[in-house]
Amino acid sequence: MAGFAETESRVCPVTGFRVHQAAEDLVKANAVAAVVALLLGGVAAVVVLFTRWMGAFPPEAFYQYLALHAWNMLIFWIIFFEIALLHFAGSIMLNTRPASPAAGWMAFGLMALGALMVNRAVLTNPLNHLSFQPYPPLRGTPDFYLGTILFAVGALVGVGLFFATVYKAYREGNHQGPLPLVVFGAFVAAVLAVGTLLVGALAFVPALLWSAGLLVHLDPFLWKLVYWGFAHPSQQINLAATVAVWYLLAQLTVGGYTPSEKVSRAAFVLYLVAINLGSAHHLQTEPSGALSVGWKWINTGYLMHLAVLGSMIHAFAVPGSVEVGQRLRGYTRGRFEWLVRGPWHNPAFTSLVLSVALFGFLGGITGVIAGTEQLNLKWHNTTGIMGHFHGTVVAGTTLAFMGITWYVLPLIFRRRVVGERWARWQPWLFGVGVGLLVLAYTQLGVRYGLPRKQPDVFRFRGLPLAFPWPDEVYRLLAVAGVGGLLALLGGAVFVVLVVATILFGKRLTDEELRRQYALPSFGGNPGHGVTETPAVPGTFALCLLFAAFFVLTYLGNYWNLSRSWPIGG
Amino acid sequence: MSPGAWWEEPVHSLERVWVGLAFLIAVVFFSASMLVWHRFGSQNVTGRAYRVSPQAYQAEVERFVQRYKVGEEGGQPVVAPPPGSDVYVLAQRFRFYPILLLKAGERYMLHVASIDYLHGFSITQPHVWNLQLYPGYEWVVPVVPRHPGTYHMACNDFCGVGHEMMLGKIVVER
Ligand code: HEM
Ligand SMILES: [Cu+2]
Ligand SMILES: [Cu+2]
Repeated sequence: MAGFAETESRVCPVTGFRVHQAAEDLVKANAVAAVVALLLGGVAAVVVLFTRWMGAFPPEAFYQYLALHAWNMLIFWIIFFEIALLHFAGSIMLNTRPASPAAGWMAFGLMALGALMVNRAVLTNPLNHLSFQPYPPLRGTPDFYLGTILFAVGALVGVGLFFATVYKAYREGNHQGPLPLVVFGAFVAAVLAVGTLLVGALAFVPALLWSAGLLVHLDPFLWKLVYWGFAHPSQQINLAATVAVWYLLAQLTVGGYTPSEKVSRAAFVLYLVAINLGSAHHLQTEPSGALSVGWKWINTGYLMHLAVLGSMIHAFAVPGSVEVGQRLRGYTRGRFEWLVRGPWHNPAFTSLVLSVALFGFLGGITGVIAGTEQLNLKWHNTTGIMGHFHGTVVAGTTLAFMGITWYVLPLIFRRRVVGERWARWQPWLFGVGVGLLVLAYTQLGVRYGLPRKQPDVFRFRGLPLAFPWPDEVYRLLAVAGVGGLLALLGGAVFVVLVVATILFGKRLTDEELRRQYALPSFGGNPGHGVTETPAVPGTFALCLLFAAFFVLTYLGNYWNLSRSWPIGG
Repeated sequence: MSPGAWWEEPVHSLERVWVGLAFLIAVVFFSASMLVWHRFGSQNVTGRAYRVSPQAYQAEVERFVQRYKVGEEGGQPVVAPPPGSDVYVLAQRFRFYPILLLKAGERYMLHVASIDYLHGFSITQPHVWNLQLYPGYEWVVPVVPRHPGTYHMACNDFCGVGHEMMLGKIVVER
């Protein structure tokens, strides 16, 4: 069995990467913290889901659990996992010992402390029942803001360590030439993270001072503007990280690689140039005069759409990578043999396909539409927005991260995954469940105007102005409820299998790893120059379908808007 | 192949076509449609905004209510301003004030502002559209309540425990 005895590093028998113990430990710690957060967020989701579905819990509980759900899911689960990814990409993929393991542990400690503080603050004081629209004058307690800041500082240290390790990889000659595409994507995510976290400080540090009584006044409008300068790009970090994981999954599951390195990298660069600016779509329905129409148009027109262009390029290149791999493996008949005969027994592959499809068709399209200046009138703060981001960060990012976990367990924890039969179904449960939830909530929001964060749409506490909804609303709420339950079940299966594997999974020897997890043609920057890269006609057809659906949905939203009350101008 | 040689690799024609198409859709078509709608569409977020103190706004709304009040419902005044006039809505934890009685197809100048927290101004059942309110900003925007019916309002931006009770009503008559 491979040990670290003399060198503190080993060569992965599957990927050929040099794995340093320090990096491996950091990946493990961050991944475990991520899964714990996912568990907490999932438990909170039960309360939130059943309240919206059937009014099961009182509003106070709903707000509290909504905050727990939001922070543990969107921030703690995702960012702990991303830091694990950065350790993997910066150290393991570049065969380099982390530049400073101590900094890695400091980052981890700060993040863990911050996460605990936020959870504690939300659990102990109703003032902190603040989810993601925590706008002043709503005021939390100082420990709430301090927790968020500590977490962010920890993440920033983790990101800094990533840069230092990449630099070290070049200096020590462990890596030459351009970064592999996956590391390049992670690098872009890391650059976005630095900018984002610094803007975040501009929002949360004043909020901390204000809540501690050291600052008298926070302008609500300005604060919200700065807040979204942080909160929107933070989702771009997730996007870049998700896309990087997709490329990695295509490599690991079918030996795929992008049809064009040049184009894929350019698409990542578009995220960098465009996205930090494209944040005004969260302020579309604001009093103009406070924000000029021209500024909104530049920001949410050209700048945002450059980033959308980046995503549309990945929408070709990621499935294209899978198609390239599969065609090289001999699945060359017709347009779609590569997809039909994919390794569907492998939950990582299923996760990859569902994640890409759901992110594109549900999360991506709804995001562009909701972010369009006038169309936002129909979406703003309805459950349609919830539909949108459960399509991106849940069906997309979360499912992709779950997918890569099926490799982290054998290759990093070196344990055989427990319950592989269950694992095979897990992505379907989660993906289909979230898909239903997204479709239902989107309809509820855009067509029926069901408000977001509304715990009591059934009774409205019996007020004189309470009103009933049409029957379809209750039916759609049930669809969302069933979808949510399936997703929760999928999430539970994931957590149980991961924990069981880490605790009880059979330890794998190098020999077993090599035999059972052999990767299809893999090694650094695979494929290029070895064989001719095949064309990807199947992907092209799928993309045309996607484009048609996109444009029709977009126009359909304008048509829907055109029938509502005239406003403005 | 030497590292970095991918820079010289030609891009396959299918991918070139896709990138071109994606550029046309994302950057040209989407951005242009926003401009086109500004020119030809009837739903745009182009009102004006004024800074206003809570007291001043409250007084303004009170004058409006006194002037056009026609009745009362559930403890709220019902106000019927004449077509073409200025109409006021005040948002406050946890109510929209007052109840409005409007004429379908007529144009009104809607003034709306929050006097305390951020609120969502959502005309929601049947669904019309949603606006964002800030304390300290009075938003003035022309509106045409197109179809007759009873419309309900709900706050859709969390404004504290009690947010779920923040409702309002607009009745549009033929
Ligand atoms: C596992 C199944 C999940 C279910 C059933 C679920 C369900 C829900 C529901 C019902 C809401 C309430 C929305 C409202 O009333 O406004 C919500 C909010 C939210 N969820 Fe989830 N969710 C799930 C997973 C996730 C994951 C994995 C993430 C992030 C990665 C996530 C992120 C969020 C966020 C950010 C909010 C909004 C909080 C806010 O309004 O500020 N959810 N979710
Ligand atoms: Cu955004
Ligand atoms: Cu509210």
